[in-house]
Amino acid sequence: MRLLDFLKGERKKSASVAKERLQIIVAHQRGHRGQPDYMPMLEQELLAVIRRYVKVDQDAINISLDSDNDCSVLELNVTLPNEGEAAKS
Amino acid sequence: MAKIIVVTSGKGGVGKTTSAAAIATGLALRGNKTVVIDFDVGLRNLDLIMGCERRVVYDLVNVIQGEAGLKQAMIRDKRSENLHILPASQTRDKDALTLEGVEKVLMDLSEEFDYIICDSPAGIERGAQLALYFADEAVVVTNPEVSSVRDSDRILGLLSSKSRRAEQGREPIKEHLLVTRYNPNRVDDGDMLNLDDIREILAIDLVGLIPESEAVLRASNQGVPVIHDDKSDAGQAYADTVSRLMGEDVPLRFQSVQKRGLIARMFGGGGRR
Repeated sequence: MRLLDFLKGERKKSASVAKERLQIIVAHQRGHRGQPDYMPMLEQELLAVIRRYVKVDQDAINISLDSDNDCSVLELNVTLPNEGEAAKS
Repeated sequence: MAKIIVVTSGKGGVGKTTSAAAIATGLALRGNKTVVIDFDVGLRNLDLIMGCERRVVYDLVNVIQGEAGLKQAMIRDKRSENLHILPASQTRDKDALTLEGVEKVLMDLSEEFDYIICDSPAGIERGAQLALYFADEAVVVTNPEVSSVRDSDRILGLLSSKSRRAEQGREPIKEHLLVTRYNPNRVDDGDMLNLDDIREILAIDLVGLIPESEAVLRASNQGVPVIHDDKSDAGQAYADTVSRLMGEDVPLRFQSVQKRGLIARMFGGGGRR
């Protein structure tokens, strides 16, 4: 079996595929860590409102909440189609 | 004051109860007064792993609802007098647990014991959150497998935000990684995540490495925590884990393939003991 693998050329080991996938998903999860529980809901509802006016993809919206000391900033990034420019609000 | 340690994982079937039973037993064998609590209300199993299923009369829910005292509900372990088991209820659902009730039980136990081990249910719902809420330390049980590692990371998020220590802004829960069901053969073949990869991804301190072992099923069949099988690899690995939890510096074993001698291979059968 291993000789066969060798002859077929270098095959990527499944464990390293697992590691790469995990690194991406864990980094993504950590980005959401510590944010309020209402954020996913807020994201969905905002997307629904935007979709009433502009046709955008499910993943065209990016929302984040940053807090510095006594100031919290809710940042909403929507990639609009056609022009391909990002609207910030 | 007792040290409260939650054994948790997010994902089910990774070895939480096996680990909680082994760690609690190990701590007791080392002379610590220890109680292990099953938080998996509705699906209790710790009693089976500890081999005391026929001695369960009252449970955690009975105590919280005032139907029984702690002394009545706790079961003294047959093998170690330092060890007590507080079983979960099998008939109620997990809403029967209240934060105040759990706090009262833990505070009462704190006065009598050195260690309180909380065996968490799977998932990240209420039961799991209650099990970790009051913890001082957490043992995050992880298999070298993608869904287990991802779920462990989710649990780490809960530990750092939804615990009492987090809410009160105190020193955070001390997080320990316990890798179980590790198979060095498969790691060598490149088909299993290796220990360093898991440590790198989760970025918490390692407290133990438990090899995949036939001894674990044998132990649960018999209702004897695997740490009592001190000839087995898993039993020894749990003993090392307990030493590290108690603050000792113990070298890591069972990380690479154990070479078996010719004689052992001829007479030892297929299994690693």
